[in-house]
Amino acid sequence: MSTETLNDAHDSPDGHDAHHEHHIPKGILRWLFTTNHKDIGTLYLWFAFIMFLIGGAMAMVIRAELFQPGLQIVDPHFFNQMTTVHGLIMVFGAVMPAFTGLANWMIPMMIGAPDMALPRMNNWSFYILPFAFIILLSSLFMDGGGPAFGWTFYAPLSTQYSGDSTALFVFSVHIMGISSIMGAINVVVTILNMRAPGMTYMKMPLFVWTWLITAFLLIAVMPVLAGAVTMVLTDKFFGTSFFDAAGGGDPVMFQHIFWFFGHPEVYIMILPAFGIISAIVPTFSRKRLFGYASMVYATASIALLSFIVWAHHMFTTGMPVAAEMFFMFATMLISVPTGVKVFNWVATMWRGSLTFEVPMMFAIAFIVLFTIGGLSGLMLAIIPADFQYHDTYFVVAHFHYVLVTGALFSIMAAVYYWLPKWTGKMFDITLAKWHFWCSLISVNVLFFPMHFVGLAGMPRRIPDYALQFADFNKWISIGGFAFGLSQLIFLALIIKACRKIGEPVSDQVWEGAEGLEWEIPSPAPYHTFSTPPLIK
Amino acid sequence: MVEEKHEKYYVPDQSIWPIIGAVALFLIAVGAGNFVIETTRDKSGYGFYTLMAGFALLLIMLTGWFKNQIDESMSGLYSAQLGRSYRQGMVWFIFSEVMFFAAFFGALFYARTISIPWLGGASNNASTNEVLWNGFEATWPLLITPADAITTGEASTKAMPWTGLPLINTAILLASSVTLHYAHVGLEKVKRTQLMVLLGATIVLGCIFVFLQVQEYVHAYVDLGLKLDSGVYGNTFFLLTGFHGMHVTLGTIILMVLFGRCWKGHFTPKDHFAFQAGSWYWHFVDVVWVMLFFFVYIL
Repeated sequence: MSTETLNDAHDSPDGHDAHHEHHIPKGILRWLFTTNHKDIGTLYLWFAFIMFLIGGAMAMVIRAELFQPGLQIVDPHFFNQMTTVHGLIMVFGAVMPAFTGLANWMIPMMIGAPDMALPRMNNWSFYILPFAFIILLSSLFMDGGGPAFGWTFYAPLSTQYSGDSTALFVFSVHIMGISSIMGAINVVVTILNMRAPGMTYMKMPLFVWTWLITAFLLIAVMPVLAGAVTMVLTDKFFGTSFFDAAGGGDPVMFQHIFWFFGHPEVYIMILPAFGIISAIVPTFSRKRLFGYASMVYATASIALLSFIVWAHHMFTTGMPVAAEMFFMFATMLISVPTGVKVFNWVATMWRGSLTFEVPMMFAIAFIVLFTIGGLSGLMLAIIPADFQYHDTYFVVAHFHYVLVTGALFSIMAAVYYWLPKWTGKMFDITLAKWHFWCSLISVNVLFFPMHFVGLAGMPRRIPDYALQFADFNKWISIGGFAFGLSQLIFLALIIKACRKIGEPVSDQVWEGAEGLEWEIPSPAPYHTFSTPPLIK
Repeated sequence: MVEEKHEKYYVPDQSIWPIIGAVALFLIAVGAGNFVIETTRDKSGYGFYTLMAGFALLLIMLTGWFKNQIDESMSGLYSAQLGRSYRQGMVWFIFSEVMFFAAFFGALFYARTISIPWLGGASNNASTNEVLWNGFEATWPLLITPADAITTGEASTKAMPWTGLPLINTAILLASSVTLHYAHVGLEKVKRTQLMVLLGATIVLGCIFVFLQVQEYVHAYVDLGLKLDSGVYGNTFFLLTGFHGMHVTLGTIILMVLFGRCWKGHFTPKDHFAFQAGSWYWHFVDVVWVMLFFFVYIL
């Protein structure tokens, strides 16, 4: 490293210097005023975890009600609020902030940057998020309850049949959107402008690549969501008729605008996962990633295609057949780049020196179970089949396979992979294995039978069901409770790791790990790469 | 330029402003939500005051944050690389604004090319028209809404012509982009009078635009009967021009701040990110207007 001349007099020469640590401010103010990407990453991850537990508790309410046919525990209106807010929290409060937290922690360390490009804005984009969820959650306690129209807030449910708390829902979504856009701008600018000398685009780790493309998607579609909620607000409160045929509008137009946001959104929740798996599989296969360039191009193709498939969520709305056909084929086309990725992961493992540490276990579970979710997605893409599957538990099974065993498992894999780098100590492996096996078994008991009840015709978002679905639902609920409880093991493990209990780890942590983040000390110092490393 | 690559990147110390900004946005969101409920449902409450408190706090935050920013910039802490970060950040912000307007343009296109023709019986929707909206004819501008068609059968509004105020406003906004561009040229060529006069002229043009837009709204409400709730024609008209008007107002305020900073001599011919960003924003707002003029008024 040719760093001699590059430093200010008052600053230490590189990230390895322990004297840096005296810069760390103390107490709560450290966290409130921080501009440090690692602090903000930690805040994002903890926030996401808390939201995951809150959203999970709502899922438990849903599963408790559905344990038996009939209405037992909650009234239908409250049930609707639970499904709605569960979805909103998991999408905007858990998965997206968790990925943003990982991006904050890892991207500067992976590209050799001193911090995110815009550190103060980074703090702002985090801190508005808890406020947005305070608004959303407190709206549950208003007269008439909180949002009860599903996380997709379809008109006219949200415009004509909703409570007045919809206004607060709208503004809380605006704030979530502002947070996401600022976070995404920060990521894009960091990646485009802060790479260490020699870190060319095609040398970037795939996690960085996938996040670059994710951030582009976020900047492109979060404003469209803002537009959609704004139109819901004016339709509900100010007499406009965007989504009302009486004034020349169309409720289906809501679905078009919403899914123009919504479909790229689902890739926002899975592309960073692809990056994580592409980091973990090579490490524990002790081989380089198979088909690096094809991974990059596949990610970009998925992102571009995501803009022209939105109406596959709307096959039953009565679109012209030509439009349905277009969206069906465009959707099926996505399975090509996605298949390339799955193939590349498997090919990376092929004849590798595999070991099965906890991150690798989650990564392999991801590959298998995400593929199941992908294949059921392919089934849903077929128009005539979708006519039957639409709005049934088959859809619920599909998107929980890609979001829970997909996105969420990848987040857990990432946490186990990088946690030793963050804390400097190995986490409790026994607990981690318990967490993995309990989660793996229970999640399949939870979601796999949903395929069957869905195919048999059980509709989603309904608190009661016909008697023939009773046995399956009992098992689904048992799986749900078990999966929920399994996450308490994770909580215990994380708390233990944060108290820095465990064996110290080396800088590289994992035997096969490669990349800049494994060359800095464990735990990662408060400031890294104050001067850029030179990449050969 | 090897040295430039290795300039130290300025990573700011802790800052109090972002968390204050977060509280401000919280107050704005809570206030706006409650204010909307209270005004439309005739309830009493503190929505308006909360909203205003939020804006006040946001103003304090922006003042403090920008003061920090300007002090740092003036004391030479910033590198060329940081300048690139700011420029790229601004470009992506403007892209997000483009997508925000795209949502409303999309609603306009959908209403004109799909929902209104279908309500009028086009494609395979003859029975929709016959049974639900009997007598409704698809036209644009939509003066007789489907609801009008099956009740009074008469138009509740008149169309806003593109001649007159909208045409004048188009000329004003286009001219303001030209004046701003030459003000920028003046800044780069160190012609202070050119800079100050043309920047001042841009601000005046911006103010005139907003003033005339308000006149146009009065004209729409009083003379034409064109209101926010006049069916999807009025909806798209007021939301598109309204959000555009808000952006012009914000742009004018930005230009006023820039005028003050030019007055104080904050910018050098080579280093004037704030001016550049403000100017990009203004040109973006101008382009949106051209699109609006074409799709909302003329077509």
